[in-house]
Amino acid sequence: MSSRDIVLGRIARALGPAPGEPYDAYEAAVDRGYADRHGDLTVEQTVDLLAANLADYRALVHRTEETGLPELLARLLAARGARAVLVPPGLPPGWLAAADAVRVPDLAGSTPAELDRADSVVTGCALAVAETGTIVLDGSPDQGRRRITLVPDHHVCVVRVPGQVVASVPRALRRLDPLRPLTWISGPSATSDIELDRVEGVHGPRTLEVVLVEGADRACAGTITRG
Amino acid sequence: MSGMPDRASGKAPGHTSGKTPGRTPGGTFVGMPAFPRAAHDAVRDPTLRANLRHATRTIRDRRAKAVAELDDWDRLREAGKQIKDHTLRHLGHYLEQLEAAVTAAGGTVHWAADADEANRIVTGLVEATGEREVVKVKSMATQEIGLNEALEAAGIRAYETDLAELIVQLGEDRPSHILVPAIHRNRAEIRDIFRSRMARWGRPAPEGLTDTPAELAEAARLHLREKFLRAKVGISGANFMVAETGTLVVVESEGNGRMCLTLPETLISVVGIEKTVPTWRDLEVFLQTLPRSSTAERMNPYTSTWTGTADGDGPRAFHLVLLDNGRTDTLADEVGRQALRCIRCSACLNVCPVYERAGGHAYGSVYPGPIGAVLSPQLRGTASAIDASLPYASSLCGACYEVCPVAIDIPEVLVHLRERVVQGGEFTRHGAKVTLKPAGGHAAERAAMRAAGLVFAHPGLLRAGQRLAARTRRAHPRTLPGPGRAWSATRDLPAVPAEPFRDWWRRTQEGPGRPERTDGREAGA
Repeated sequence: MSSRDIVLGRIARALGPAPGEPYDAYEAAVDRGYADRHGDLTVEQTVDLLAANLADYRALVHRTEETGLPELLARLLAARGARAVLVPPGLPPGWLAAADAVRVPDLAGSTPAELDRADSVVTGCALAVAETGTIVLDGSPDQGRRRITLVPDHHVCVVRVPGQVVASVPRALRRLDPLRPLTWISGPSATSDIELDRVEGVHGPRTLEVVLVEGADRACAGTITRG
Repeated sequence: MSGMPDRASGKAPGHTSGKTPGRTPGGTFVGMPAFPRAAHDAVRDPTLRANLRHATRTIRDRRAKAVAELDDWDRLREAGKQIKDHTLRHLGHYLEQLEAAVTAAGGTVHWAADADEANRIVTGLVEATGEREVVKVKSMATQEIGLNEALEAAGIRAYETDLAELIVQLGEDRPSHILVPAIHRNRAEIRDIFRSRMARWGRPAPEGLTDTPAELAEAARLHLREKFLRAKVGISGANFMVAETGTLVVVESEGNGRMCLTLPETLISVVGIEKTVPTWRDLEVFLQTLPRSSTAERMNPYTSTWTGTADGDGPRAFHLVLLDNGRTDTLADEVGRQALRCIRCSACLNVCPVYERAGGHAYGSVYPGPIGAVLSPQLRGTASAIDASLPYASSLCGACYEVCPVAIDIPEVLVHLRERVVQGGEFTRHGAKVTLKPAGGHAAERAAMRAAGLVFAHPGLLRAGQRLAARTRRAHPRTLPGPGRAWSATRDLPAVPAEPFRDWWRRTQEGPGRPERTDGREAGA
């Protein structure tokens, strides 16, 4: 008898006959009376809430029009003294047009130690959650593999507003594909392990800068009200 | 007191060898005294008391604020409870669905009936890679089964990478809190551990390390970085497993989880079967309630989700070890099974007056606090002294139930388990029905209760007894002799009045020509 059979057998004996089909019972079993979002905010207010919550957890927030993006990114990288910046394969080519830093592509063979030599990384995102101040990466070409946003100490993430902003966690989950590896990021790496006091900066990037870009929405424009 | 850290002296525990002393692979602590004795020592340690008071009070207030931000908290809590209850009621179905989804996404699923089997599976998987070291994400399940000790016995070194776990591992200490295993250590103690122990495990602590939390975190970053960058095997648990998609979820703060989940070539996740939820949508409840209950944040810094393996991104091999180890036994108990709803937030520890004073070590389990007091005796049975005493490690004040984000009625389960300890009866152990004898230590209490029942049923006996007691009151001892000594050691015996109430009543209320009261008390008071 396999351990699988043993465990499943124990479960069956513990529970007795199942009351009906799981999926029929499921809809009735869970009362989803909780809120789909909290508060009745306008699109603009939702973006402001995102900015406020990001900043509350020590992300550095910048806002710009699309035309000002290359210059802003160049300035942020220069201010860090970044010489080598990791670039996901599908980053819009114009974004780093004004930056001096050497662009380091993420190659399949790049070792973690090689990635560790990059000073910064610049990416887009899949979406951002206003109520929690969270950005979510899903490994799309403008974000790259999970490791490139993890090993460098400085992450600059570009969010297109308002198109990529959702109000709440329930709305975020509806727009994300669970089959892709996802990383939800709320502020820089932190710990509460010393006397339950929050300290920013442990293993992930210790500086997270989020750039909210207006006027860069394409296909996803207007999703904030639906999403 | 073998296996108990020498806390009273303020030193790190002085063990000669081994990483986590006194642990057996079954997850119990060898020679662990019953809760009252362990707590007795803990409450006399002023440093420990101060550390715990500071930490639990800090987090308590912040949690209340984070929860108050959501006006639908009660509905989220109820939905979380219902999702978990439904899943447990159909657990076999959802596990089979999960297995199929993980397999379809490129993962391999293993089943472990107990701790030994889980350890054998993981050890075998690591050995198959040819590696001799692994990096670990903080995981309650791997602590519960004593995986680090099992790996060490096979010559494989496991590096804990969560800051608090690192403090515990370097200090050869035991965890004392679900979320913050080193909560019993203050910053000065942590600095001392880093200074004296880091060099033995790799990169030493920086020169002139102070006890500011930021510097301590920086020291941990430098110490662990080289281990992350060269690691080939990562071991994790998971907070949730989604049956419909085969997705695993790890919620964390530091980024050590992301390191372990994405940089190694092989990832092994050991997860209790009760961590299953049916659908992707269900995460919308728990990703709102867990961070706020746990660290009092709107959202924890990092949440990783993955489904099997992804092309070119992250580990090429993914193994999921589904762990029973007493969970199906717990499931068989209709009252006790609600403990399996637990999402390990630790809010119940932070509000518990007993935990705040006794600390986590006194519970003798990797699951301390109120949830540990109901979970450990169910996962391990109540055969040992510590497990039989855990249902009593509570004042039944109910604060744990109030804060629980999945509404586990911990006091209800505690009382239920007390009944099991005192009266015995039928329950399930290793999948089989067994009959538990009443605990020996409770024989005197049962005899006393039987005698009391007899006396209260016979008014004449009661009257005679009360008069006798009143007349001999000056001769009463302060403590009870014989088997009653344990009871009176922690309590004052009630004083016997000079006149039994019933006699007083008859004299003052019923007699003809009711006398005027002279003692100032209201008649009939």
